[in-house]
Amino acid sequence: MKKILLYLRHYKKECILAPLFKMLEVCFELLVPLVMAAIIDIGIPSGDTAYIINRALLLVLLGVLGLSATLVAQFFSAKAATGFAKRVKSALFSHIGKLSYADTDKIGTPRLIQLMTSDINQVQTGVNLTLRLFLRSPLVVFGAMAMAFYIGKDAALPFVVVIPALSVVVFGIMLLSIPLYKRVQEALEKLLGRTRENLNGVRVVRAFCREDEEIADFAAENHALTRAQRFVGRITALMNPLTYAIVNLGIIFLVWQSASRVDEGILLKGEVVALWNYMTQILVELVKLANLIITITKSVACGNRIGAVLETVPSITYPENAPKEDLAAPAVSFSSVTLSYEEEADAALEEITFSVKRGDYIGIIGGTGSGKTSLVNLIPRFYDVTSGEVLVNGCNVKLYPKEALLSKIAVVPQKAVLFSGSIRDNLRFGKPDATDEECLEAIHKAQADDVLASKEEGLDHQIEQGGRNLSGGQRQRLTIARALIKKPEILILDDASSALDFATDASLRKALRQEECTVFTVSQRISSVRFCDLILVLDDGKLVASGTHEELLAHSDIYREIDESQRD
Amino acid sequence: MKQKTNLKRIFGYIGRYLPLLVLSLLLAALSVGATLYIPILIGRAIDGMIGIGQVQFSLIANILVQILALTGIAALSQWLMNAIHNRIAFSVVRDVRNDACRKIQVLPFSYLDTHKTGDILSRIITDAEQFADGLLLGFTQFFTGAITIIGTLFFMFSLQPWIALSVVLISPLSLFVAKFISSKTHHLFLNQSKIRAEQTAFIDEMVGNSKVLQAFSHEDEAEDDFEKINERLFDTSLKATFFSSLTNPCTRFVNSVVYAAIGCFGALFVVATGGVGFTVGALSGFLSYAGQYTKPFNEISGVITELQNALTCVGRVFAFLDEKEEVSDKDCTVLEEKVEGNITLKNISFSYVPSRPLLKGISLDVKSGEHIAIVGPTGCGKTTLINLLMRYYDVTDGQITVDGYPIDSITRHSLRQNYGMVLQETWLFSGTVRDNIRLGKPSATDEEVEAAARAAHAHGFISRLPKGYDTELGENGGALSAGQKQLLCIARVMLSLPPMLILDEATSSIDTRTESKIQKAFLSMMQGRTSFIVAHRLSTIKEADKILVMKDGNIIEQGSHEALLAQNGFYAHLYHSQFEN
Repeated sequence: MKKILLYLRHYKKECILAPLFKMLEVCFELLVPLVMAAIIDIGIPSGDTAYIINRALLLVLLGVLGLSATLVAQFFSAKAATGFAKRVKSALFSHIGKLSYADTDKIGTPRLIQLMTSDINQVQTGVNLTLRLFLRSPLVVFGAMAMAFYIGKDAALPFVVVIPALSVVVFGIMLLSIPLYKRVQEALEKLLGRTRENLNGVRVVRAFCREDEEIADFAAENHALTRAQRFVGRITALMNPLTYAIVNLGIIFLVWQSASRVDEGILLKGEVVALWNYMTQILVELVKLANLIITITKSVACGNRIGAVLETVPSITYPENAPKEDLAAPAVSFSSVTLSYEEEADAALEEITFSVKRGDYIGIIGGTGSGKTSLVNLIPRFYDVTSGEVLVNGCNVKLYPKEALLSKIAVVPQKAVLFSGSIRDNLRFGKPDATDEECLEAIHKAQADDVLASKEEGLDHQIEQGGRNLSGGQRQRLTIARALIKKPEILILDDASSALDFATDASLRKALRQEECTVFTVSQRISSVRFCDLILVLDDGKLVASGTHEELLAHSDIYREIDESQRD
Repeated sequence: MKQKTNLKRIFGYIGRYLPLLVLSLLLAALSVGATLYIPILIGRAIDGMIGIGQVQFSLIANILVQILALTGIAALSQWLMNAIHNRIAFSVVRDVRNDACRKIQVLPFSYLDTHKTGDILSRIITDAEQFADGLLLGFTQFFTGAITIIGTLFFMFSLQPWIALSVVLISPLSLFVAKFISSKTHHLFLNQSKIRAEQTAFIDEMVGNSKVLQAFSHEDEAEDDFEKINERLFDTSLKATFFSSLTNPCTRFVNSVVYAAIGCFGALFVVATGGVGFTVGALSGFLSYAGQYTKPFNEISGVITELQNALTCVGRVFAFLDEKEEVSDKDCTVLEEKVEGNITLKNISFSYVPSRPLLKGISLDVKSGEHIAIVGPTGCGKTTLINLLMRYYDVTDGQITVDGYPIDSITRHSLRQNYGMVLQETWLFSGTVRDNIRLGKPSATDEEVEAAARAAHAHGFISRLPKGYDTELGENGGALSAGQKQLLCIARVMLSLPPMLILDEATSSIDTRTESKIQKAFLSMMQGRTSFIVAHRLSTIKEADKILVMKDGNIIEQGSHEALLAQNGFYAHLYHSQFEN
């Protein structure tokens, strides 16, 4: 929470002025019962109608002053709250961009999305209400007590008893409900995940005629959420009745005490009315405070969750200055690299050592889960090795600034992800200032000319979120074009031609051969790697063989087995 | 108008909890009645304090005991009422969400494929949540507020009609003020809701794919774009928040005018009647009512703005619920038996958008048990053809029949239960491995599940998972590799063994050693089953009974491998290109 409150510092002026003007309003409000007491104790006994009307007009004037003060306060608090939310959102968004792959895996995307949306909204509401009310309510409460002191020292006694009693109730219930709200939030998150799953898997659900079961599962999840909400609801519902009862007990005490004071002549009737009035004001404000505290409780819970992510130090840090590269060194080399995603987990890669000449075409082949993707992910330093070294141009990848490293490398991920926006926008991911010529060239090399030709708007063709309006193969080729436009030193194709037919795959390979870059291609197909200068054969995280197609056929049993399985 | 129908629908949902609602009304009346009677009693007690040495202690003591009892009643009924309101509000939102989930299952793919997941999620989760908050507020404040107003009016008129009348005349001002403000701010809230949805969709996309963003060092650009939306949201949010927060202070001001009026007229009345007809105690009761009476007006107007927001949100949920559904298949024939799998396509045409025809006049005759391989360049319409076979989309023209039944004459379930499908993109749900495999046949025994997994060569890796078949998978398979996910999807089909199969590039991310084994299993599974295979492996294609070569939405060649090679056309070109390099 502390971490995110820092973002309020840009609104210091607003954060001070808003409560200050609220305070002014409270002062005007607190004067009202005193004026009324004067009407009862001076105006009525003397029968002075002019005095009565005069005081009534004073009451209206106090109202006008109070209104003006509040309007100013509301504006400042709205500005601070919305501005604060804006800044936290920006900060969080930017922070998420800095988290490493491992961090993102750990926190989980659904949670990140929830933080960015509903949690921040909740915090915004919390800040707004806090600025408006958090000072106002206690001020009214203690102001009322001070006024009671002003009327008579003894008269304040009920207030001195009632206020702590109320605080115990209010804060007790608040503390009780915090963990309960957390449970509600978690249930909501689960439901979000379930809904997303439903939307993403709608084809499969229908293929298996599982609609009714999905509805039932959702209903169960939904019901769990409702139960959690109801439970916390029942607890917080205690707040108002309890505080009401306490205040009424205070009034009973007050009336009984005042009765003797009036009898003794120490207190006037009008003053009793004023004291009663102050006591009820306390209730009104405490009810507000209670509601406010519920909102704040939720907001703090959300704020803490946001803060926790903001405090996550990205597990990968980068140096500032680029290292001195050795262009005579191999383009990429691994020396006894081991990688475990989590401590104590089985190693995904074990003692991998190889090096790659500049401009070579490298094939990586191996069974499902053999570590092919893990291996290529280490080159752009998406993950850090557990032990060993990954060198690019003779320098450890850990010595490169992020930009410097990533500008050399282009990746075509296994899952062809495109973003909503035009085809041009998507290609410019690779090179922000790419001209149309460059775009067309990259598309041509990626064998995606026909994709473009089929779209009337050409490069301006709008791609929908996730590229849903394109087929798998079209998406894949555009992601390849996106990588090629970068003109990288090292190109990584992570099973990037899986959705392509053989003819397209072959033409693509030909085109890539002409690029001046070191290419890593991860594949299941011998036909995609057989021509490679070097083929790495992975099995269960270990590099079991390497060499050219012919060498491997001669020496590697596993490779031969794979080859035979693919012969027609 | 729209808002009115939305309100009606909300009441429709609330109506299911009518008994609870009635009970809470009674409790509200009880609690408000007790709450309102207490000021009268206090007024009487004050009147009992006549002056120095004249205070009537026994009368006051008596009154105080009554107050004590009423306080207990008021507090208890208030608590019960609040608890009931909670129950109703959360139940209503649960019902709305359940309907939304049901809706997902019956929306046509033309809707689902063209709408952002983030937007739909935001409606079902965030908007529904806002609605819950609004509803709860509406109940607790609106509801008791209305009863309080009626009760206060009753007590005030019985105390002093003229002063009561002056209160009644002035206080509606606060309602007008509130209404004026809320009508002016409604569009601001609408705007805010819209931009928020836009932002949610953006976040969903960018955060969901943050890895790709990073790989392309695109974080800064994404931040810039985000900043733009964020700035716009800030702008409308500030306006919406500020203008809606005007309601409270404005109505509070009207209240202070009412308070002053009561003080003024009340005091003048006391003076005029010489303190006999209208006492100071009655005046103080009135003053307390001024607070009680105007408080709900205040709250109601504050609540109105919240409700406005909630109404906008629920409007978006309802709009989703109102989306056109798939054509109902209630009157269609239910096939009890499995079909044989004779499929005919009679001159079918299809287009996603009317202006752009995709499939044109395709005819095809498939006998039961035949294996059809579909090949062709990417984007040629293979996926679309599958969409039509499964009836994810309906043909624009022509007819598809299965065993002579036009597929739009039988229920979708009847049709789809006869298909087994392994899609290009795998989908697993969070649940155990076993549950995931059982998807197509919930009644399958553990042995059957294991047998299917073995047949799909998934048993090996499943056994190595921490809890074997009982391992919980996260959303979309969690930590499983793409290949492992696909193996599970194959196991599903192996379990249900329907008479017709659709295999859409099913083996693309499985290593070929495993694949060659699966291939064999597939072949035995395909035995006697009508199968459509979108495959890139020529070995699969070669063994097919018929090969459809598709290009630009047409079947340009069809026939057996040998026949097509002999034609020396497009297929022959495809075939030979494999051996380039």
